[in-house]
Amino acid sequence: MSQNLDLMYRDVILDHYRSPRGRKPIDRTDFASEGHNPACGDDITLQVAVDNGTVKSIYANCRGCAISTASGSIMAEILKDKTIDEAKILAANVKKMLKGEEFELPDNVGDIDALEGVKKFPVRIKCALLAWMTLLEGIKNYETAHAKVGAVISTESGDE
Amino acid sequence: MHTKPKNGTAVIEVAANFDVNKIKDDFPILSQEVNGHRLVYLDNAATSQKPQAVISAIAKYYQKDNANIHRGLHTLAERATSKYEHSRARVAHFIGGVNREEIIFTSGTTGGINLLSYSLGEQILKAGDEILITEMEHHANLVPWVMLAKHKSAILKHIPITKDGVLDLTKLNELITSKTKIVALSHMSNVLGTINPVAEIAEVAHKRGAVVIADGAQAAPHMPVNVRELGVDFYVFSAHKMLGPTGLGVLYGRQELLETLPPFMTGGEMIREVYFDKITWNEIPHKFEAGTPPIAGAIAFEAAIDYIEKIGMDSIRQHEIDLTEYAIEKLSQINGLEIQGPFDAHIRGSAISFTDPNIHPHDISTFLDSKGIAIRAGHHCAQPLMRALGKVATARASFYIYNDENDVDALVDALLEMRKYFGV
Repeated sequence: MSQNLDLMYRDVILDHYRSPRGRKPIDRTDFASEGHNPACGDDITLQVAVDNGTVKSIYANCRGCAISTASGSIMAEILKDKTIDEAKILAANVKKMLKGEEFELPDNVGDIDALEGVKKFPVRIKCALLAWMTLLEGIKNYETAHAKVGAVISTESGDE
Repeated sequence: MHTKPKNGTAVIEVAANFDVNKIKDDFPILSQEVNGHRLVYLDNAATSQKPQAVISAIAKYYQKDNANIHRGLHTLAERATSKYEHSRARVAHFIGGVNREEIIFTSGTTGGINLLSYSLGEQILKAGDEILITEMEHHANLVPWVMLAKHKSAILKHIPITKDGVLDLTKLNELITSKTKIVALSHMSNVLGTINPVAEIAEVAHKRGAVVIADGAQAAPHMPVNVRELGVDFYVFSAHKMLGPTGLGVLYGRQELLETLPPFMTGGEMIREVYFDKITWNEIPHKFEAGTPPIAGAIAFEAAIDYIEKIGMDSIRQHEIDLTEYAIEKLSQINGLEIQGPFDAHIRGSAISFTDPNIHPHDISTFLDSKGIAIRAGHHCAQPLMRALGKVATARASFYIYNDENDVDALVDALLEMRKYFGV
């Protein structure tokens, strides 16, 4: 098998793809966002509950290719107990990592580094980015709207 | 290779002189390895590869004949003009022996349809009129009509498809009304492979006074096309899908229509007399060829037509029927794999879209690429069709003259290996 292919589809990635995390509905949603990639049909529904500025629980339902599904699953797994600020820094650094720029990931970021192999496949970078961009969109709306507990913000991008 | 008789028609004795290995040798690009495997190029519906004859024609033009056409009075200009116009005549012959004035060189199928949507829109469309397309159109034959309908407050309708991926013509008489001014449809679908009954639809459309446009981007490279027999008013296609260079397309239009149609692009070459307050147009075809055209492309396109005609369109069609039959049979044996479009190779072309129930088309494409197999994955510029099929995307393998059963076998083997790799 091609070495490059295994670099992208690492065992960790395939494991997340086969059994994605973050699929359990959550009791409460403080912000929600939808991500959609019309070029390949990948989409993600994201719902997040926040307590005192910290992610309490997360629901991330990705429908799409192995990379976008695994990326959303990895994100769902790692975000719990991170502050909103930490989540923003994480997402920004995942973006840098995928674009081949200098990036910095703190310790204990779960399987995020397994996504790095995707950068060798330029056309697939957007698959890996979808979940993280959707998260940033959700946080942006959460912050600007000063959403109260229980409010739902839709950030449907209107791509289609 | 075998031939199959069709109802009441004589068996066309073809494919005997069809030597795929010999053809492959004419395409330098095919001799390479990709990711450590023999390149298996199955993305022909997107673009075809080029034989050495076409590549050489481009080089030869720039090495010996390069000059701007129609205006210069020197030897090179005359030579370039003569070759460019010779190619036009050759194209006219290729699509059924029409007049050379009826052949407009464009930038491609998209360019041709944009020209028509603008010029026809200016000339014949008013508010409340109707444009009819089909549900299986490529965005190239869809977006321009959506835009025109909006611009003119006209109504865009479409012929739906059946679950078998062919046009549902049961309501054709209701869909084409006296208000229908333009009927624009694909001759062959780039997703389903379906060959549409253009002649039948054109007949109904003409009875109601509509103008008929066929998008031949997929049909022209793969089957004999006679625009007079099809009865269309306009026929558009691209050179690059039929061994020719990119950046060049053809718009055929009936002479009397082209003569009255207003131009789309304006500028040099397409004029006769220019004043600050008045301009007269050049005669056809030049009225529609503003600016310096892709001269090298047009000249190399004649080399492509030479190559194709040496094999013969009937032989090419038969080869693809055989290969499509083989591919559909083999792909059908993969448990759960869903194939779109008609299964009868006689009513379809060789573009075969398929989906795996558990593996996204983009993962399919990436995996196949690691095996040296090039296919297309995505919505194939046909989002409304994808919605009708209930898919977000499909994988598509599409064949041409240099493909054979070994290529189909490589595809099928790789798809089986892929399932093991992803373990789903």
